Amino acid sequence: MTDLSHIRNFSIVAHIDHGKSTLADRLIQATGTVTEREMKEQMLDTMDIERERGITIKAQTVRLIYKAEDGREYTLNLIDTPGHVDFTYEVSRSMRAVEGSLLVVDASQGVEAQTLANVYQAIDADHEIVPVLNKIDLPAAEPERVAEQIEDVIGIDASDAVLISAKTGLGIEKVLEAVVQRLPAPKGDADAPLKAMLVDSWYDAYLGVVVLVRVMDGVLKKGDRIRMMQTGAAYQVDRVGVFTPKMLPTDILRPGEIGFLTASIKQVRDTRVGDTVTHERKPCAKPLPGFKPAQPVVFCGLFPVDNNDFEALREAIEKLALNDASFSHEMETSAALGFGFRCGFLGLLHLEVIRDRLEREYDIDLITTAPSVVYMIHMTDGEVRELHNPADMPEVTKIDRIEEPWIKATILVPDEFLGDVLKLCQDRRGIQLELTYAGARAMVVYRLPLNEVVFDFYDRLKSVTKGYASFDYQMDGYEAGNLVKMQILVNDEPVDALSTIVHRDKAESRGRTMCEKLKELIPQHMFKVPIQAAIGGRIIARETISALRKDVTAKCYGGDVTRKRKLLEKQKAGKKKMRQFGKVDIPQEAFINALKMDG
Amino acid sequence: MADWEAAGFGVYVHWPFCLAKCPYCDFNSHVWREEDQSAWADALETELAHMRALTGPRVAETLFFGGGTPSLMEARVVGRLVEAVDRLWGLAPGAEVTLEANPTSVEAGRFRDCAAAGVNRVSMGVQALNDADLKALGRMHSAAEARAAFGVAREAFERVSFDLIYARMGQTAADWEAELAEALEMAVDHLSLYQLTIEPGTRFAEMHARGRLPVPADDAAAEMYEVTQAVTAAAGMPAYEISNHARPGAESRHNLVYWRYGDFAGAGPGAHGRLTLPGGRIGTSTRRDPAGWMAAVAAEGHAVEAEEALSREDQAAEYLLMSMRLVEGADLTRFAALGGKLDAGAVADAVASGRLERQDGRLRATASGRIVLNRLLADLLA
Repeated sequence: MTDLSHIRNFSIVAHIDHGKSTLADRLIQATGTVTEREMKEQMLDTMDIERERGITIKAQTVRLIYKAEDGREYTLNLIDTPGHVDFTYEVSRSMRAVEGSLLVVDASQGVEAQTLANVYQAIDADHEIVPVLNKIDLPAAEPERVAEQIEDVIGIDASDAVLISAKTGLGIEKVLEAVVQRLPAPKGDADAPLKAMLVDSWYDAYLGVVVLVRVMDGVLKKGDRIRMMQTGAAYQVDRVGVFTPKMLPTDILRPGEIGFLTASIKQVRDTRVGDTVTHERKPCAKPLPGFKPAQPVVFCGLFPVDNNDFEALREAIEKLALNDASFSHEMETSAALGFGFRCGFLGLLHLEVIRDRLEREYDIDLITTAPSVVYMIHMTDGEVRELHNPADMPEVTKIDRIEEPWIKATILVPDEFLGDVLKLCQDRRGIQLELTYAGARAMVVYRLPLNEVVFDFYDRLKSVTKGYASFDYQMDGYEAGNLVKMQILVNDEPVDALSTIVHRDKAESRGRTMCEKLKELIPQHMFKVPIQAAIGGRIIARETISALRKDVTAKCYGGDVTRKRKLLEKQKAGKKKMRQFGKVDIPQEAFINALKMDG
Repeated sequence: MADWEAAGFGVYVHWPFCLAKCPYCDFNSHVWREEDQSAWADALETELAHMRALTGPRVAETLFFGGGTPSLMEARVVGRLVEAVDRLWGLAPGAEVTLEANPTSVEAGRFRDCAAAGVNRVSMGVQALNDADLKALGRMHSAAEARAAFGVAREAFERVSFDLIYARMGQTAADWEAELAEALEMAVDHLSLYQLTIEPGTRFAEMHARGRLPVPADDAAAEMYEVTQAVTAAAGMPAYEISNHARPGAESRHNLVYWRYGDFAGAGPGAHGRLTLPGGRIGTSTRRDPAGWMAAVAAEGHAVEAEEALSREDQAAEYLLMSMRLVEGADLTRFAALGGKLDAGAVADAVASGRLERQDGRLRATASGRIVLNRLLADLLA
């Protein structure tokens, strides 16, 4: 075995706002990895959206050189992992690439849902875990109570928790010492055939695809011929290096090291997270376990509000797809919305992230249609079709049966919220598989139809459990269901973009909820606007938006002219963000918000 | 002919002080603290002179003292300002000179002197005809006091008008109809009838947000509006603007300058103006806080803090949004000359639904159109 005792690889597990990024920044500063001048807040979250939402979407990494109290110099590799259920698989790969984790918990807030989901991933990956209590400078900090909570809820020893304030820099040295002293060094054999894990990849305009790898065994060098064991593709390595966090070429990566390679790879979709990189000539015997191809599970239509933006949307989507292999797209035409794209995502957050980026980075106003899962339509003639879009539903008489995807969901929840969680799962056609207790927490395992989960299940779960539930799921096959297509008619005209596929037993209540929602979401018009839900030709729910009775400024004299003109301009700008169906203006957010269920 | 000449030129003077701030009012008003009235007269005169320098020679057809509570001005101050406007521009023969007034006995005591100083029209803030509601509106007068003050004003001035606020807390359409009948008994030839509007930043807005202001719902308010149209028309004082009613010929000429989109010079804190200069039409606005306004006038001879050049598109929009408030509507030739464009589909829809009439080169909102005018305008303007 090669001596790797000077290396420590770790990730940081934390709930949003508990200070993960700030701590990462302090570690970078304390080790002098970047100069003060280069330092900008939250070094590692590079995308605007990541910064704004406080979430990490792509795994980021940085190498820190630290001279410890024992006088030796250590190489510390920090991987900042994505932190959301949509990216569970990506997180699990990142976790497998390191040996330990810092569990950062806000000393005033305590353990929260996301912390749990990720810390269990770290435990699954056999990590050594160092609890770090942050924000101890706040008057509301209760480090002892929170340490106890960590022991009770997560079941790890928190007696040696490191007390810090990432904001003021207090305790940062102690964190670095804990990493060196308490986390294990990686293991690996430099003489064995190359075995490296593909942790993440992204597109760089100058370098092509950049691949983040963790070398397990063997040595990766510039000029090597490599093979991706899952895709089978072979490349010649152009560059090898580490992140400081800028890319620094080193020409070599040894066992236990984390760094990048580039190899004239043109598209991110040619690289699969979790794939094993080996040498073409002398490959390793077995790939790393646990690889899963990325598969979109949620589909929705994205249409430009202004039809003239279609080409711009196409370009933007193609650019984004370069950097995100997990997102698929194909052209779609809607009678109501014109030309757009049917896109597939890993989950709803992934969908929102992509939509935000299209709107923000490419400045395109979008209409997002109701998300849908992939149905298998078994036709009477034996043909099987994949259905990504309710609008493409074949004629009912030609359908033998419709199968929908199911998932197996695992939910960890404090006892006091268990009843609400069971009710939520039951309401979503769930079938309970397991219910066990661990202290004051329950673990429930449910089988659920994905179409009941895909939309707002996670939001609802968070809300009924005040954020204290963690949720994870895996796909669990297809099953026939009594499914029907429900149409929505606004002012007697069907709006195809609002069509959904629902379980027959749920149709009435879903139809009623959607009509009620749309009644709130669509502004009053100068005439009555009926909103109806229908299955086939049968109306199952109806609401009416009453006509606008009054919209006038009572008092308007000379002084108000400018103000009133600006108000009028604003009103007109608001109108432009709406889509006209017949004579009715529907705001773009209505297409997605109509699906959210409050109960 | 420049566009403004179709509507004339008026002068506005803003007196920013009140004895107390009413909870519904979002106008630029401040509580009176024994200001030096001579100093205010000097400063207002200085700013008027600045406006005169901008406009060049013109004749003022109207002069309006608004506020705040301009009836708190001493009559000699009113007189000085009337003289100043006459000296600077020249008041047209028979020019309308209006003073906004509160109906208290103190102010009524000054009416004769104000008339002697040149005021020939008073617009009185009566607001309600029962004491409980006056109190809820934060007014300092009683209904009886208002009636008495109005009686004095009728004797003192050639023309008098008063304001009422309706769709008040707890008010029903029947309540309002009865009050309106009383008001019509009292009125001479002009009445302003405003629906209570909850303006952001006011005390009412705060109460409304906390659910403590039981104002009628839109449907009920719309019904009261319809009642108002019918009852005033039957009494010979039909609406000539959204909230203003007069016997034909008795309209407020100064306000018509605004609504017909004429030019107007505005002096005093937070006063706005629209002036057509050789380089184009501009909007002016002055500093709002009285002390800052005073200091600016002392330092620079005026307190104009914003001069906005109005594009033709802006002017067309402003012309439409002001003129459509009037029952006479907009002159489409003028609108087109300003480069204004209408959404033909929206016009056709609104005509078909009876909210709009198009006739003799004019576009008018009907009574059912005026109650939703904001929405109508957003649809109409291409």
